[in-house]
Amino acid sequence: MLIERKWKKWVFFYIPMLLFIVFTLFPFYWMAVTAVRPDSELYRTWRQASATPFWTLEPTLEHFKDLLRTTAFPHWLWNTMLIAIASTVISLICGMFAGYALSRLKFRGSEFLGTAIFVTYLVPQTLLFIPLADIIRDMHLGNTPWALILTYPTFLIPFCTWLLMGYFKTIPKELEECARIDGATRFGAMVRIVFPVAVPGILSAGIFAFTLSWNEFIYALIFMSSAELKTVPVGVVSELIRGDIFFWGQLMAGALLGSIPVALVYSFFVEYYVTGLSGSVKG
Amino acid sequence: MATVTIRDLEKKYENGFHAVKGVSLEIRDKEFMVLVGPSGCGKTTTLRMVAGLEEVTAGTILIGDQVVNDLPPKDRNIAMVFQNYALYPHKTVFGNMAFGLQMRGYASGEIDKRVKEAAGILGIEALLERKPRQLSGGQRQRVAVGRAIVRHPQVFLFDEPLSNLDAKLRVQMRVELKRLHEQLETTAVYVTHDQVEAMTLGDRVVVMKDGWVQQVGEPLELYGHPANKFVAGFMGSPGMNFVDVSVSESDGALWAEAKGLRVKVPPEAAGRIRKHGGTRLTLGVRPEGMRLADAADSSASLADYSFNLEADVVEPLGNEILLNFRIGGVPMVARLDPGARIKMHDRLSLALDSSRLHYFDAESEAAL
Repeated sequence: MLIERKWKKWVFFYIPMLLFIVFTLFPFYWMAVTAVRPDSELYRTWRQASATPFWTLEPTLEHFKDLLRTTAFPHWLWNTMLIAIASTVISLICGMFAGYALSRLKFRGSEFLGTAIFVTYLVPQTLLFIPLADIIRDMHLGNTPWALILTYPTFLIPFCTWLLMGYFKTIPKELEECARIDGATRFGAMVRIVFPVAVPGILSAGIFAFTLSWNEFIYALIFMSSAELKTVPVGVVSELIRGDIFFWGQLMAGALLGSIPVALVYSFFVEYYVTGLSGSVKG
Repeated sequence: MATVTIRDLEKKYENGFHAVKGVSLEIRDKEFMVLVGPSGCGKTTTLRMVAGLEEVTAGTILIGDQVVNDLPPKDRNIAMVFQNYALYPHKTVFGNMAFGLQMRGYASGEIDKRVKEAAGILGIEALLERKPRQLSGGQRQRVAVGRAIVRHPQVFLFDEPLSNLDAKLRVQMRVELKRLHEQLETTAVYVTHDQVEAMTLGDRVVVMKDGWVQQVGEPLELYGHPANKFVAGFMGSPGMNFVDVSVSESDGALWAEAKGLRVKVPPEAAGRIRKHGGTRLTLGVRPEGMRLADAADSSASLADYSFNLEADVVEPLGNEILLNFRIGGVPMVARLDPGARIKMHDRLSLALDSSRLHYFDAESEAAL
């Protein structure tokens, strides 16, 4: 009986989980291995007897040095950071107020507005960039960080609003009512009670928004043309693939360095992030 | 310290629901007023309008001499205790209690003094540094009450504050609230659906139903002289028993008759019923208004007020026995002496206490 259960646990739990982990983490491993693999190994065919496709015998930091010295990678990193933080802050602030209003204030058309905001989030960026490009050109924002700082919120604000709306709804409205009786105005109750209680939700929205803008590709590709001003995803792809030549080592080194900040942000806030998504405040 | 005056208060929601209909109340200074009724009767809506959390559709609310209809909640100088306590989860107990004072710009020394004082009254000094989630239900309740009393408001509003507590704790907190009210001498408006809470806490009780006020009075007045069948049935547990009877004149007296029941209307009530003139009435008797008909007592009056029945479920509660039975198909309950030896299906006779019979118009349900 006990043995049978152990056997079942392996078949239905451990082995599938192991497969899943390998499946999800292998690309990262491949990226890391390729980044430290010397060129001599990179361009050796697998059929050769000495080929070691899944690990490397002579790890090297050559690609990283190359990436940092010969390309504008540090600039890209800085640009991406600046743009991601600025657009996240803007979107969070707007999303907090909009989410509060849509979840708490009763006004004509509030439900319609909530749905409409969600629908705008569903409009694909691949369509939206055409009119946006026109606006960016008319406002002479092209090829400046503002082109991205101001366009990212077009999809981040609906996202943050929608997520925070859901979170605010889980906060008992008596908390606010009590604060209003205790001497706060509606605005005061929102800022002093609702927002602090909603910190997990706000952080989750922030992390998501940060990741979305960090990884954004289309707008960054179209609105930024000079090499210095590019973001990491665009810079790596456009500067390290020349024609049909792929600088695999530098590409992977760039991808690895580019994903570190996001990974750090996630690991710092992971606990908040989980409670933020599972919601619910217990008084 | 203040009175609360409510005049012709109406509340209609946008979806057309008419929650409160023409409610007028005079709540005296230092009075403990309880609003009681089944869910959806408008008691909570009335309270929330007094608090300023709900807009008034029509009518006037005065706290003291001031009309507060359009005053925001923070300017009404009231405090409210909510059913789910509504403690601020990110603040400590001290922070929760201090918040109202901080918002009103009190000096930190004064805040400290008042919070400590309130915590002392409620026995929660040891909890001041804890967060709400670390407290038990009863402790949270105390903090919620503490948060209300630190501000020394003109009026306390309670919205079913005990209904989230278990039965034993509820009884204990009920006593504490009563004591606290004696101590603080502040006007209080208390909403509950529990008639026991209403009876035990209220100086006066307002019974509401479907947005209307049914009766306002002291607890025993409501119990002894209900204005209508609803109030009679709502106050008391188990509730009053009702039998539809027809009234007829015979041998110079009025007799109320139903299937399996024939009782004489006592002379003091006969006048009222004759004046009313109706022949269809509802007869009401509380469970304790019946007793076992003693065979040894052969007085004439016993025969006029006794009836035979077959015992259904018998519930011995230790201090009393609840006897369930039916009269003409209508389920009834009698509260009997614990010494009585009765089993299910026993045939026995009960006598009504003629001075404790209630008569209601069969149509309007108003008391006669």
